[in-house]
Amino acid sequence: MMYNKLIFEISQPGRVGYSLPKRQFTKYDIKDLGNHLRQTDALLPEVSELDCVRHFTNISKKNFGVENGFYPLGSCTMKYNPKINEELVKTMSFAKLHPYQPISTVQGALRAYYELQNALSEISGLEEFSLNPFAGAHGELVGLMVMKEYHMARGDFKRTKVIVPDSAHGTNPASITVCGMEAVEIVSNDQGMVDIEALKAVLNDEIAGMMLTNPNTLGIFEKDIVEITKLVHEAGGLMYYDGANLNALLGKVRPGDMGFDIMHINLHKTFSTPHGGGGPGSGPVGVKDFLIDYLPNPRVKKLEDYYYVANVGDAIGQISGYFGNFLVALRAYSYILNLGKENLMQVGPLATLNANYVRQALKNDYYLPIEGYCMHEVVFDGLKDNPHEIRTLDVAKRLLDYGMHAPTIYFPLLFHQSIMIEPTETESLQTINDFIDVMKKIAKEAKEDPDTLRNAPLSTPITRTDEVFAAKEMIFSYKDYLEYINSKG
Amino acid sequence: MSKVLKDLLYSKSHEWVKKLNEEEVLIGISDYAAKQLGSIVFVDLPEAGDTVEAESEFGAVESVKAASDLISPVTGEVIEINEELVGEPELVNEDPYSAWLIKVKLDNPEELEELLSADDYEEIL
Amino acid sequence: MFKYFPHTKDDIEFMLKELNVSSINELFSGISENVQLKNDYDLKSSMSEQEVRQYFKELSQENRELVIFSGMGIYDHYQPSVIDAITSRQEFLTSYTPYQPEISQGTLQYIFEYQSMIQSLTGLDVSNASMYDGATAAAEACFMATSISRRNKILISKTLNPGTIKVIKTYFKFKGVEYDYVEADNGVFDIEDYKKKLDGEIAGVIVQNPNFFGLIEDYTGVADATHANKSVMIQYSDISALGVLKTPGENEADIACGDCQSLGMPVAFGGPTIGYLATTKKHVRKLPGRICGYTTDTEGKRAFVLTLQAREQHIRRAKANSNICSNQSLMVLYSAVYLSVMGKQGIKEVNALSYENAHYLYDRLLGTGKFFDNFKKPFLKEFTLETTISHDLIAQALLEKGIFGGFSLGGISEEYDNLINFAVTEKRTKEEIDRLVEVLEGLV
Repeated sequence: MMYNKLIFEISQPGRVGYSLPKRQFTKYDIKDLGNHLRQTDALLPEVSELDCVRHFTNISKKNFGVENGFYPLGSCTMKYNPKINEELVKTMSFAKLHPYQPISTVQGALRAYYELQNALSEISGLEEFSLNPFAGAHGELVGLMVMKEYHMARGDFKRTKVIVPDSAHGTNPASITVCGMEAVEIVSNDQGMVDIEALKAVLNDEIAGMMLTNPNTLGIFEKDIVEITKLVHEAGGLMYYDGANLNALLGKVRPGDMGFDIMHINLHKTFSTPHGGGGPGSGPVGVKDFLIDYLPNPRVKKLEDYYYVANVGDAIGQISGYFGNFLVALRAYSYILNLGKENLMQVGPLATLNANYVRQALKNDYYLPIEGYCMHEVVFDGLKDNPHEIRTLDVAKRLLDYGMHAPTIYFPLLFHQSIMIEPTETESLQTINDFIDVMKKIAKEAKEDPDTLRNAPLSTPITRTDEVFAAKEMIFSYKDYLEYINSKG
Repeated sequence: MSKVLKDLLYSKSHEWVKKLNEEEVLIGISDYAAKQLGSIVFVDLPEAGDTVEAESEFGAVESVKAASDLISPVTGEVIEINEELVGEPELVNEDPYSAWLIKVKLDNPEELEELLSADDYEEIL
Repeated sequence: MFKYFPHTKDDIEFMLKELNVSSINELFSGISENVQLKNDYDLKSSMSEQEVRQYFKELSQENRELVIFSGMGIYDHYQPSVIDAITSRQEFLTSYTPYQPEISQGTLQYIFEYQSMIQSLTGLDVSNASMYDGATAAAEACFMATSISRRNKILISKTLNPGTIKVIKTYFKFKGVEYDYVEADNGVFDIEDYKKKLDGEIAGVIVQNPNFFGLIEDYTGVADATHANKSVMIQYSDISALGVLKTPGENEADIACGDCQSLGMPVAFGGPTIGYLATTKKHVRKLPGRICGYTTDTEGKRAFVLTLQAREQHIRRAKANSNICSNQSLMVLYSAVYLSVMGKQGIKEVNALSYENAHYLYDRLLGTGKFFDNFKKPFLKEFTLETTISHDLIAQALLEKGIFGGFSLGGISEEYDNLINFAVTEKRTKEEIDRLVEVLEGLV
């Protein structure tokens, strides 16, 4: 029987899971705050420490992590998260520094921040970075702020539109809106790439710039990238590089060399910091030299051997309280030092080799909408020979039964049955072959035993869920849950 | 196949309009639109007394995996909203032509002439 | 060979053969030579694990761990060991956003439990699990207010943390949201000034309790005035404090937000933490980010899923409420584990101990005759005093004794020139507090 309790359901009045120091000053009493205090206690659990540890250990077993098995979630770069990175940031002094401590007492932290800034600059070909943005989407927003500020500072107030391909991640147009600009979507050509004519048609003096992921969300390198950046620059716009797929380019191409002016890097993808179930990430933003002054405050700078914190007058302002997700950035720095230049050069090539190997092995069973080499990930558009109309969702769910995580599905939106597979450079030939075997087996099942796929998964902690119920009933807390159960009698 | 009722008018964005009298109309979404969205879990409607403008948003319908803006086919004042849909948005899936969304008093009844007939609407589907 | 790359020479040869190419480079043949890297990165050569450890040790030794008597949004509370043990489990640490609920019930369940705890601490209905930190949660809260009210101007209490104000002002500048300030009356939100500024353009107001001086504010009449004007009331609070103080729900606020750093997260040079953001059911569709809800599976078993996703960027794209994509899940777990072990009693006790320690320091500092309280208002664990002793001198003298304390407010505004802020948590011992007072007593 699988564990199935909420922490509130194992709670017993009077039990405790903490030990605090004894009172030192009994002369003072918080009750003196009188009617500033809340009227009733918060509904928090009362459990012993062992109860608590068992509870979370048991629910952790219902999760699937990178160390459980193959995790080919496209666009997310689920590579191995090295243990050493975790240990270093937790056991040393970094976690114990207050962000407002005197600068002389945080020289090591500032030095790490500064050196990582520089390493990212070298890897990306952009002159300077800020590590303050908290995540990829936050980096996009900050990068767009830099873009807008640049035009405003030149008095060019008309430029409020930003071009995005229709294959872009949803965060691109959403970030444009939050930045107070307007997204102009252009269609992709039949090769899944930017259509140069469509691009030319929207270029004018209202364009602030263009956001582009390269390789794009179809896993294809935009072969006309040099022409694209040239056209946008000639029209007075700036080029923004969405670093979501940067892993493919490590060791091969630098965004700065392709003509990009601004970019963000997802450290939790390319530089192996743990995804943590969806966060915290880290989304450093880098820029070409003419944009450096617009980077967000606070900035970390160096004078001879002394590191200091500066606030720059022309900056877009502050976009975080302090120095971003500093401990996440430190893990990435440990990874970069560990790999060193020679191994960093191998990341893109090995990831690309893995993805192409999967592409080649599965293209007889799954429909490959775009021929030719892919980069670090490959996108299929559902099953090839599919008499029972098995959907991508069913394929994904069946994979879970075979002990593998599903790829990203139904993205990119250009295809109806997208399956986006990203086998990172940390996956071995044997693991990938196992995956290929399973995918072929599923393709066979789709023909011979379609109901098994439609009902999958059956070996997981739960089966498919009722999402309509969740959205309609809106039970978001234990309080709601109790009310719902009681209302049912 | 999606159902198209003959006695209604339609917009290109898949809303239907039912003339109640010279001044008042009901507005809903077509069977095609409801089917495209799938199970509808929420209908976001304006309040009575708000004004709506032709070809502008007046609300949204949401399913589990999609959301679609509602575009008003006419200009006028909202005089009633279908309160039933607040608790039971699934009524739109069950019968999109009886689950009207809003009742509007028209500013300009001539606008109706711009809308599609049932036959024309079927044509674009 | 390298330990994170499993490819042997034979593996690579085999794979290339399957692909019918002679080198990995051929796979990149679609990329113009002009943009391809010609040389290796100009970076350090690979370090062994032992060398990386040594390098980090050197960096670490260039920092100095201090006894912390400062807060201003980041508090030095104790982190029970269970938190690290549980959050280090790879099932939680290395997984991604729970898109496949069948193999993500662990993540989804703790998100549901966290939402339940935040619901109860704030006294509102529903919390998300997505904000990066308190300041960005405050910016999102203000955007919610503009969206709910369909107005475009926010009133910012001058007693809101200046760091938070800086961040929301950046967000406002780019989104095109207007703002004005509500003055402080003797250190707290001035409701009379607020009422004067409320008009048909005001989307909402953001207040902070305890405010950035550490003072506890009284919001009697604020919600009524706000709602009568069809505006939205946002209350920003350190979440731990809501374990004892009047809740945003009791104050009839529409939105609550703030930082959860005080729930078992290290001070960590400011990050990562997580911002909480909660509201009423009525406004749930304006709430950005991931929300987890209860449902059942096909066999009727209890299950949790991400829900109301149609609001989000991956579906709504340019029309989404927000561009947020993270759910700050690991920090959700920190908070949930902390609140589980502290529980109903612990959260009160940790506040009571911090209160007692802070009040002892307060009395001792006033006793020196060198510090004065201009406000004379109730406070919890943080307070602000006036002194004519140079703040640099204070910082320097304390540093010599290994203490970081007394955050000078002078840098924020000239009107705060002589003000200095202290925060005291349950971690501070009598001996540490006495040591701090002893140093300050000796200064002139």
